[in-house]
Amino acid sequence: MVQPFEDVVAEHGAVVMRVCRAMLGKADADDAWAETFLAALKAYPNLRPESNVRGWLVTIAHRKAIDQTRTRARQPLPVGDVPDSPSAIGGTVEHDTELWAALEALPFKQRGAVAYHHLAGMPYAEVAVLLDSSEAAARRSAADGIAALRTRYSKGTRDDEHERVERPAGDRRPVRRAHDI
Amino acid sequence: MIDDLFAALTTSDDAERQLHRRLVDEAERDGVLDVSYRTIDSPVGSLLLAATREGLVRVAFDREDHDAVLARLAAEISPRILRAPHRLDGAATQLDEYFGGRRRTFDVPIDLQLAHGFRRTVLTHLGEIAYGETASYAMVAAASGSPAAVRAVGSACANNPLPLVVPCHRVVRSDGSIGQYLGGTDAKQALLAMEAVT
Repeated sequence: MVQPFEDVVAEHGAVVMRVCRAMLGKADADDAWAETFLAALKAYPNLRPESNVRGWLVTIAHRKAIDQTRTRARQPLPVGDVPDSPSAIGGTVEHDTELWAALEALPFKQRGAVAYHHLAGMPYAEVAVLLDSSEAAARRSAADGIAALRTRYSKGTRDDEHERVERPAGDRRPVRRAHDI
Repeated sequence: MIDDLFAALTTSDDAERQLHRRLVDEAERDGVLDVSYRTIDSPVGSLLLAATREGLVRVAFDREDHDAVLARLAAEISPRILRAPHRLDGAATQLDEYFGGRRRTFDVPIDLQLAHGFRRTVLTHLGEIAYGETASYAMVAAASGSPAAVRAVGSACANNPLPLVVPCHRVVRSDGSIGQYLGGTDAKQALLAMEAVT
């Protein structure tokens, strides 16, 4: 039984948004999300019923991210494209922005490995295909990405509010991953 | 621990609504939105309204299970289905006027692709039964050109994809009893009672 596409959007929209945001930053994430779902809608009638829909969507989003990254590389850097200034509304928004910024600052492969494995829940074997690397390399990229995130994210935030991501200085132990079993 | 770290990554509902609207608009522009739908509240319960580019293709009562109806539309018409309330504004307004006693006939484009053969012929004749009046299954069979096909008229009504708009609730038994209805006999009774006094 084929699901109505609306159900696909409802079920996977938020994850695809997080992936787009991680891969492209706030300014381009909306465009990438809309392009991903429009492309998916077009192709949807031909999707095989047994397909992994989330993996399929993330793959489309990944291609959009690569396209946009290439387009961006050909264009001069927009001067105004800086991270949002910290919000005065409350801590949550601020931490949110800082974590997104830390994610965006990661090298492409680390960002991809973190986004596809940790945000989208894809197994490393599939992440490796998207990143054109080996499964072991994808695993390593994700671990390096997470370690860098923890360091940068903690550094950029105040100690009293972030004990949960605080680690002793110089602690580079590999992080235990929720999806690693 | 990872889940802790990423719990801070949120997106807003408002932004999602805007993006959904953009998806609908772009899908429409590119001609890939095959079925749009919305739900409305009514005196006979929540109604699902679905339309193709041709017109209104399905009206479904709550008791038909809207999710199941959408799943069948995905299988029978196309899975390119999105919630797009604004595309059904016309039908929603007219149904609202009908339930408010301010409308007697519907004037929206309809798509009868879910009805085939004789059933479809029957549906095209139901519009001839005026607001506030009823006709027997036998009379509709005769009007549809097959006086003996009384049972077939019954199944055409029972499978009417556009109840209310195509008024199968106005078809009753020859003995005057009310007969079956997609939306339940209570709903049929309520509609006939409403039409009798307005």
